[in-house]
Amino acid sequence: MSKSPTTAAEVAKIVNAATHVTAVGGRSKWTFPAADTVTEIDLSQLSGIVAYAPDEYTFTAKANTPLVEIINTLAARQQYLPFDPLLANAGATLGGTVACNTSGSGRLRYGGVRDFILGVRFVDGNGNVLRGGGNVVKNASGFDLPKFMVGSLGRYGIMTEITMKVFPKPAAFGTLVLQFESVAAALQASFALANQPFELDAFDFRHTNGSTTAWIRLGGLPNTLQPRLTRLQTWLQTHTSVQTIDTLLEDAAHWQGINALAFAADSPNVVKIPLPPRKLLHLDEDPAIDLAHYYCAGNVALVTTTDITALGSALTRLGLNGLLLRGTATNPQLGTRHWLPFAQRIKTALDPHQKFLEI
Amino acid sequence: MLTSTFYTQLAEICPGNRCLTRAVDLLPYESDALTAFRATPGAVVLPETEAEVIALVRLCHQAGVPFVARGSGTSLSGGSLPIQDGVVIALNRLNAILKIDPEQRTAVVQPGVINLNISKAVAKHNLYYAPDPSSQSICTIGGNVAFNSGGAHCLKYGMTSNHVLAMRVVLPDGEVVEMGSESVEGMGVGPDLIGMFIGSEGLFGIALEITVRLLPIPEQYRTVLAAYDSLESAGNAVAAVVASGLLPGAMEIMDKLALKAAETAVQAGYPAGAVALLIVELEGEAEQVEHEFAQLIDVIKASGAYEIQVAETAAQRAKIWKGRKGAFSSVGRLSPDYVVQDGVVPRSQLGKALAEIERLSADYGLAVANVFHAGDGNLHPLILYDGRQPGALEHAEAFAGEILKLCIALGGTITGEHGVGMEKRAYMPLLFSETDMDAMYAIRLAVDTKLVANPGKKLPSDEAPALKLHGMHPLEQAGIISRE
Repeated sequence: MSKSPTTAAEVAKIVNAATHVTAVGGRSKWTFPAADTVTEIDLSQLSGIVAYAPDEYTFTAKANTPLVEIINTLAARQQYLPFDPLLANAGATLGGTVACNTSGSGRLRYGGVRDFILGVRFVDGNGNVLRGGGNVVKNASGFDLPKFMVGSLGRYGIMTEITMKVFPKPAAFGTLVLQFESVAAALQASFALANQPFELDAFDFRHTNGSTTAWIRLGGLPNTLQPRLTRLQTWLQTHTSVQTIDTLLEDAAHWQGINALAFAADSPNVVKIPLPPRKLLHLDEDPAIDLAHYYCAGNVALVTTTDITALGSALTRLGLNGLLLRGTATNPQLGTRHWLPFAQRIKTALDPHQKFLEI
Repeated sequence: MLTSTFYTQLAEICPGNRCLTRAVDLLPYESDALTAFRATPGAVVLPETEAEVIALVRLCHQAGVPFVARGSGTSLSGGSLPIQDGVVIALNRLNAILKIDPEQRTAVVQPGVINLNISKAVAKHNLYYAPDPSSQSICTIGGNVAFNSGGAHCLKYGMTSNHVLAMRVVLPDGEVVEMGSESVEGMGVGPDLIGMFIGSEGLFGIALEITVRLLPIPEQYRTVLAAYDSLESAGNAVAAVVASGLLPGAMEIMDKLALKAAETAVQAGYPAGAVALLIVELEGEAEQVEHEFAQLIDVIKASGAYEIQVAETAAQRAKIWKGRKGAFSSVGRLSPDYVVQDGVVPRSQLGKALAEIERLSADYGLAVANVFHAGDGNLHPLILYDGRQPGALEHAEAFAGEILKLCIALGGTITGEHGVGMEKRAYMPLLFSETDMDAMYAIRLAVDTKLVANPGKKLPSDEAPALKLHGMHPLEQAGIISRE
């Protein structure tokens, strides 16, 4: 059974009436087999930017607003979502981005979804419309429910409206394309850069066809970009084992490709893994992984696999966890989750009748 | 009152002089930096290990005795105020920096570590810890976590919550939970429990070990002082800087009275006679900053500043910040008592908010010194009063309450970074609906079934954990400390 509410109050009404509910947004991520007893709430009618205040660096949008609409609206005022949400052109929505915590390569510079969310309106399992946070860029009142919703996967409430902070968009970008002998060499370069003053917008790397390619992006004022790229290039040649460096000035298409997971186009399963860089090489050599794309200077991995179960076991063994971004699973969460006892308590308060999926 | 059995059990966990129960020993803990309130705890314990903290929490939960964790006691909202006859768990001895990983840019610290000590410890790696509350030379990370402390650089870099990657915490019943990772993505999968815990003001338990992210020290700073003949012009300059597309690390404003106090205390060299002073700081790669600086100077010149100064050396920059960060304590020179508010308004409403505060100041007959994070719209009006006069505190609190209502009316919030604590809890229902408040109570009850973790703070309740104090801090009365 599927319903398409147009307001938060209607969402609440459906939650109240149903035994089990699950919300669906832009369908750009994983799919799961829904049981007959579950009422599907199609959020497509809850779409549109409610308020945008460029001078405040904030906007409020209904949860199912497509990212593309937000990105275009912000771009018209030279602003952007610095956390670079994944799958923007594939139809991903703001609510899905928050629920799945899908920051992209650009997260390196200023942080992820959690660092930009300011306010949220959602329907809890009691059928109450709740509000957390606010519309201003700084707020310490109440429990931080907006952050709590980041990564919550619809298991504690259904978001209907979200307020976020935005930043001025750099006027120009440029990318250095580097070749390394191995993933280990690229990681070492990232470690070497860690305490340097270069302000990187993105640092991704991937090993394919016998060599490792890395992409480092800088953004800023147009007249400073070239000298900054040159300086970074010289530094990398002196301090790392980089083999070759090319400069890519028209780099938007390249980064859009990564955002769209183009490198994994042929893979049925893509998993996003938050990764302490110290564990990167252990993960990288695991046989369950077919292809690994590392971003955020080795702090996040996007991996493809044909065996989700084997990957889940590997993550548990390494003390890691991951989220299935593409594929089919009843539970997209893989690996260890030490935090369950705390989450379970909050689940008890927000969803005492287990209307939403189990955590 | 605590039972003798309970005292014995406390002393078994923290033996000897690490379990304080005599009136004279409890006196220093009766108040925090919100000196208008005080309460006498039943005991103050000084654990030295994580295991002791866990044992103390379990004991309190089992006995149903309320507890509050305390670091340096710098809370401006009464957050670390004792619960009358409860237990204060003072975490200052858990002050080890356990691990520094410069390549991963992470540090693992205990809750009693002083904020600034992290930056000092990692400076040799050319790294620093970004959140910089004005009290950073004495406040602890545990307190920063409890209150999601901010500072002057929040617009660009965020608050404490944005810099914590992992934590081990003890929940109010003694269960220990790990969350997050040494990845900058932190939690990654699952609801952001780190974000939920940070800023919960002790209601969800105590952070035992905190993994923070570090940033490279910026290559170049450009710190600009601009003097204006009105607060409104300074506020408009902030709007102009934002509109120009610049993203400064900090934008601060001080008014005439705050400047007078800071100048007297620190001799920061601020432009003489300014009605309002704007501090703007750019930082980053040298090449980029120099071009942004040229752009900034153009904006500031066009904004009507009558004097512009630029810090030429690191020492000059340090002095500018010393004056700004010492502004609160400097105001102590002008008045025997003050209450500081922490409301936030949309940046575009700053001018309106300041004009209204000025009007209220005249109405109430109480002077106000304004120091604020203009880039965030985060106001810090300091309302000066003399606590020795009967009714003066209540009069000042009534004024403060009007400012909070004003912030809400202008689309903002009652606290940006100091937390709700004791003093603002009554205003929570003005900001949140009854349903929202009920949900917060339900969450709190689900996490802390016996309501032993810092009860009476953050959420309004009938509990009255503290007495109001008229006049000086207990230590001032006792002649132990002075504000000079």
